Formats: sequence, structure tokens, C-alpha cells
Amino acid sequence: MTISTLEFIAIALLLVGMGFSAIRLFLGPTTPDRVVAADTLSVITTAGLAGMAAYFNNPIYLDIALVYGTLAFVGTVAIARAIEGNQK
Amino acid sequence: MNVIGDIFLVIGAMFIALGGLGLLRMPDVYNRIHAGTKAVTLGSLSVLLGIALLHPTWWPKLLVIAGFLLFTNPVAASIIARAAKISGIKPWRIKEQGGE
Amino acid sequence: MDTPQTTRTVSGAHYAFVFSISLLLWMLLSGSLAWEEVALGAFVSLMITLLFGSRFTIYNGIKFSFMAPLYVLLYLVHFFKELIKANFELAMRVLTPSLPIRPEMVEIKTTLKSPLGRMLLANSITLTPGTLSVDVTDDTILVHWVYCPPGTDAKMATDAIAASFERHIKRFLV
Repeated sequence: MTISTLEFIAIALLLVGMGFSAIRLFLGPTTPDRVVAADTLSVITTAGLAGMAAYFNNPIYLDIALVYGTLAFVGTVAIARAIEGNQK
Repeated sequence: MNVIGDIFLVIGAMFIALGGLGLLRMPDVYNRIHAGTKAVTLGSLSVLLGIALLHPTWWPKLLVIAGFLLFTNPVAASIIARAAKISGIKPWRIKEQGGE
Repeated sequence: MDTPQTTRTVSGAHYAFVFSISLLLWMLLSGSLAWEEVALGAFVSLMITLLFGSRFTIYNGIKFSFMAPLYVLLYLVHFFKELIKANFELAMRVLTPSLPIRPEMVEIKTTLKSPLGRMLLANSITLTPGTLSVDVTDDTILVHWVYCPPGTDAKMATDAIAASFERHIKRFLV
């Protein structure tokens, strides 16, 4: 469970990316802005879950990443369709 | 092998951070989708490749996740852009600088 | 959806393709080659093929040939080259303090007929340098271009954005 310097840098950069998307999620002036931020955040989380699988040396997290990615995609599509329908 | 995997992890995380930065800096929804999709897709693929190099026995499932991301990310981006267009958001133009 | 309904011509090759795709996905997900796993996967794939095979009309456009896998591989190589190029371009734009963008909406025409081909083309456009496909209606794709050169018309845009991908996709899809 020890991590090298490079892995530490990678985790830090991943958190920076998540932080930026979270700021856009709070800031976003319009609803599509927030949806984009949430979608980006979910993809970063999928990559992060795969990273957790490597960190804990436990491949079960890969299944979690796959299911999380699927649900996030379905959620994004559902929200996007809902925005479309609202403004008819 | 471990060092190469770590390098791919750092490259991927760097692209993800750049994508987040683009998401903050771009002036309107459409440009933000550009940043949020392209950079994060390649970043995630690079992270997955790094993990595949660190744990070579996991490649089948990592391949499924990578293919899945590659297939669904552009679809999600297109669908959000379409929703933004239908809900009446005008694309930002260089002429009306400073405007929303 | 507003995609045109494709004719339901279902051939033996189509069933074989659905079966092998299902089995391949099963084997990748289970990640083992024990004969019990493969046998169960083959059984489930066979059931799916028999029950739903005629409804997978999305695969209708594929041109089956011995060279098709090679063409898919060539397309993937081209695609990844463009993806990496796109990311370095995007990184350059994001990191430049003056933010050099000149966004414009352009319409391009495609000659691909099948829904799968059009979807693949739209996805490719989204992930390549500076372009994002917004909407697909019939043979027109609405594209948001981050850096559109002044005075671009539909013909030039099609050549610049879609031509190379269309050439690759056309070799294995209608």
C-alpha cells in the first residue's frame, strides 16, 4: 500500500481536476454548464475508481467503476433530455 | 514496468487537470464541452493504460472500461450540446467579446 | 429518434456477428478461460442471438469481409493519432493566457447511410481537433468548431473535418 512519488503526483493532479469541475458545478451560470461539469466529474471518478483498484490491489473496484460509469452516462443522458423537453 | 505505468498515470492525471482548467476558463457551454470531453477522455484512457501496465492480469476488464468510455463520452457530450442548443443558448462569438 | 428506419434484412452473417460480439463481451467481463465460464457464456449468447438477433438492426450497415478487421484497425490507429493531436492542441489553447478561440457553428454533409456509420462519424468528429458534433439530422451534421478560419463554407468545412474519417469508415460500413 505504499505509493511512489509519481503516483502521489498523479493523485494530486486528479484531485485538482476534480476541484476545477466542482467549482464549475457550483458556478455554472446555466443548467447545461452544470450538466457538463457533473459529467466530467463522473468520468474523472470512473478513472479514480480504477486507480483505487490499483491502490488497494483489489480488482472488485474495476466492476464498481464499470457500473458507476454506466449509471453516470444514463443519468447524464436523462438530465440532458429533460432540459430539452423543458423549453419546448 | 512500474515506472512506465506510473508515467502514464501522471500523463493521464495531467490531461484530466487540464480538462478541468479548460472547463473553468472557456467562455460558453459549447467550448466547455470541448475541454471537458476531449481532455478527460484521453486522460482517463491514459490512466487505465497505466493501471494495465501496473497490473497486467487486469487487462480484459480495463479494456471493457476503456471501450465503454470511448463510446459513451462523445455521445454524452453531443447530447448535452444538443440540449443546450435546443434550450436556446447562443454560441459565444469573437465579435461580442465580454458578452455572455 | 429521427433516424430513418433501416430495412430489416437479416442474414446469417448478422446472427453470427451478434453471437460473437456477445460472447466476446462475456469473456472480457468474466476474464477467465475456464471451460465452464465459456460454456455458460456461449449458452447465454446463443439465447440472446435467438431471442433478439433480428432486432439488432443497428449492425445492419456493416460490410462483412475478410479485410474488415484490418480496416477497423486502420481506422482506430488514425482515430487515436487524431485524439492525441486534439489534446495537445486543446492543452495549448487552454494554457495560452489570451485564450485563442474563434468559435463558429458550421454544417457538414455526410455520404454515410447507416445509423451506426453516422454515429461513429459524429463520435469521431467530437473527439478530434477543435470540433464537436452538436446535432445529426439525416445527412447533415451540425458542428461547433473552436477555431473556424474566416470565410469557411460547408464544402470546405466537410473537407477539413470529416473527409479523412469518412474515407476510413466507408471501408467497413455503408
